[in-house]
Amino acid sequence: MSTFATNLTVDELKAEADRLFNRKRLVNFGLPTLVLAYLVYVFFAFDVPGLAARANWDNGKTLVSDSYSYKTHIERDNRSGEVTAAIEGERKGAYPAGQAPDWVTLGETTVIDLEDGHVVRFGPETVEYDIPGYGTVRATPTRAAGVQAELPIGDVPDWISESKNRLTVTTDAGRLTVTRNRSEVFRYFTGWELFWFTLDSPYYGKSFPELAGLAMNGEAGAILNDFWTNKMWRHQDVAWAIFETILMAFLGTLGAAMVALPLAFLATRNFNPMKSVRFATRRVFDFVRGVDALIWTVVLARAFGPGPLTGALAILVTDTGTFGKIFSEALENVDNKQIEGVQSTGANAPQRYRFGVIPQVTPVLLSQLLYFLESNTRSATVIGAITGGGIGLLLTQAIITQKDWEEVAYYIVLIILMVMLMDWFSGWLRRRLIQGETDNKRKKRASKEKRQPVG
Amino acid sequence: MTDLTAGPPSVDQIRADYAEMTRRKRVYGGILLIVFVALMAAGFRTADDRNAGSFIDGWHRILDYPAEVLSEAWEKIGAMPENLVKFFPALVETLNIAAASTLIGTIVGTFLALMSTRGMALWPALIPLFRRISDIFRAIPEIVIALVLIFILGGGPVPAMIAIAIHTAGALGKLFSEVNENASLKPVEGLQSVGANWSQRMYLGVIPQVGPNYVSYALLRFEINIRASAILGFVGAGGLGYELRNAMSWGQGRYDEAAAIFILLFVTIVVVDQISGYLRDRLAHGSEKGASA
Repeated sequence: MSTFATNLTVDELKAEADRLFNRKRLVNFGLPTLVLAYLVYVFFAFDVPGLAARANWDNGKTLVSDSYSYKTHIERDNRSGEVTAAIEGERKGAYPAGQAPDWVTLGETTVIDLEDGHVVRFGPETVEYDIPGYGTVRATPTRAAGVQAELPIGDVPDWISESKNRLTVTTDAGRLTVTRNRSEVFRYFTGWELFWFTLDSPYYGKSFPELAGLAMNGEAGAILNDFWTNKMWRHQDVAWAIFETILMAFLGTLGAAMVALPLAFLATRNFNPMKSVRFATRRVFDFVRGVDALIWTVVLARAFGPGPLTGALAILVTDTGTFGKIFSEALENVDNKQIEGVQSTGANAPQRYRFGVIPQVTPVLLSQLLYFLESNTRSATVIGAITGGGIGLLLTQAIITQKDWEEVAYYIVLIILMVMLMDWFSGWLRRRLIQGETDNKRKKRASKEKRQPVG
Repeated sequence: MTDLTAGPPSVDQIRADYAEMTRRKRVYGGILLIVFVALMAAGFRTADDRNAGSFIDGWHRILDYPAEVLSEAWEKIGAMPENLVKFFPALVETLNIAAASTLIGTIVGTFLALMSTRGMALWPALIPLFRRISDIFRAIPEIVIALVLIFILGGGPVPAMIAIAIHTAGALGKLFSEVNENASLKPVEGLQSVGANWSQRMYLGVIPQVGPNYVSYALLRFEINIRASAILGFVGAGGLGYELRNAMSWGQGRYDEAAAIFILLFVTIVVVDQISGYLRDRLAHGSEKGASA
């Protein structure tokens, strides 16, 4: 402001301008330097250089490849000679005894075609693997002498690992492991196998038109049931888990709003003349907000055990503080004229609140409520991972097994879709319910733009 | 419309119409209220059924655990200063995770916002792509990325930092692009006419307009991120949350440490909330003054 004073000389004005430029220069160069210095400090404080050494990139590779592909295990018990086939090696994905996928020929000598010329033969005594461009690897597992492997002449390549009791061959086509007790072949495929139906379902392997035809013939219920009770992907449990997560967010958010609204009146200057009560209510809001959802979750889980109720209550308690603060600010900004107008018609206190105050704050309340509903869906996922409820629990369980990465990928996709859906839904509802508010905003913006050239 | 052609309606008719409208409104309101209450009650019962312990059995035990922790901490009150000092480095780590991820998230979010605002984007054709990217970044809960990264990178602050930074970038990207939409494009056009390249146009033409709002949103995010970093610590990503889980899972005998961590976390959250609230208030009013001058 001082620059506009008229009694300044040219020199003084120049000095002022120089100071301004110096300050700008300092901010323009100093701020990025500070940010950079802090990031460098964090880089070393978090030991990022050491992290590269500690990181397990094999885990990463398994994770990525497993999330979009699956493997079928063909396993021969070397004591009984029995050959079994199972998807992902799980009992839930096992083929019935005596059956196998069509690239496996069961018999005295089981022939496994891994394509591109790769063929594995489980003979009665010896396992053979024809590798194009290399030769045939033979291995004879015996109880007494372990695994005796015969490799083509030459150096052993690094994709074959051989020891006294174990032979492992890893190629692009698959993987063969021979130990004393069993011989095992993995073949990798792209996709999420058994996503629709498991092998024990009669609908496994049917194309969509076939299924549609069957559904028209009155089997729709059975088809849906087989899909719904899929043991591998557990669609029923997943649907329940998502419902639980949304339920936590819904109960927590709305419950918090119901608790916070009456309390918010106590925390406002214009509705509550008692300073001590006002102060106490505000500190209660600060306290429940400051304790944070994490600690509330821990405390409530001790009382109620894990589950969606605990998560809902944790959200409820934390958000009561947040809502209390927001609502009381909105209530302090209400226009007194409307209340006086209602009062002049002879309204009593509850009527004054109902018709004078509530209509004024409803838009703010609703928009905050809907905004929190969306953000709490995300919180409910996180809280579920801690207390054990909803999709968060399924996700942590799948991650802990460290092998069901396709399920992890599936859950992540579902979580993202769920949150985006809630985001869209709350935005849609907000626009529908608070139409007037957005109109006002637009008008205000338009008038501001009109004013700009003048000022 | 028919009323207009039929001449002015009588007072009785207006009253009847008004009464009818009020009644209808009241009925709709009542139905909505009943549906709402039914939904809440049904939801509560479902949640209660699927919970390990029910609300009725548990509500009187809510205070048992805090009481247990507090009584044990009170017995060992002498060890409290020592514990507070002991966990101070963990607090610094939690703060560092929050601060670094907010910084990185702000930088990435600024980029995403500029890229998804019409008139500012470097490649206008890719605006929908950058919008979807920030939508997806925003939708991913931090814990998802953190858990997956912990599997690859091992426990520690870096997975948490990356996870929170990604979510922050998405959230800020959306808020920033809303701010950008209200910014005037005239400085940008002016700079373009004198031959400024894209980064110069953005740095000199857009950022000075939106800076205060950006900083205000970033401060708000910093508050949120402190809480998030504490929660992620609980699943193994370092900082106070990690120490808290350890202190609790050891069960009896370490509640004094748990209490110390509670205190550190609580005080930090409240102090940061207050400071950032004060700063945001100043930023908001400062920018208003600037606009009116």
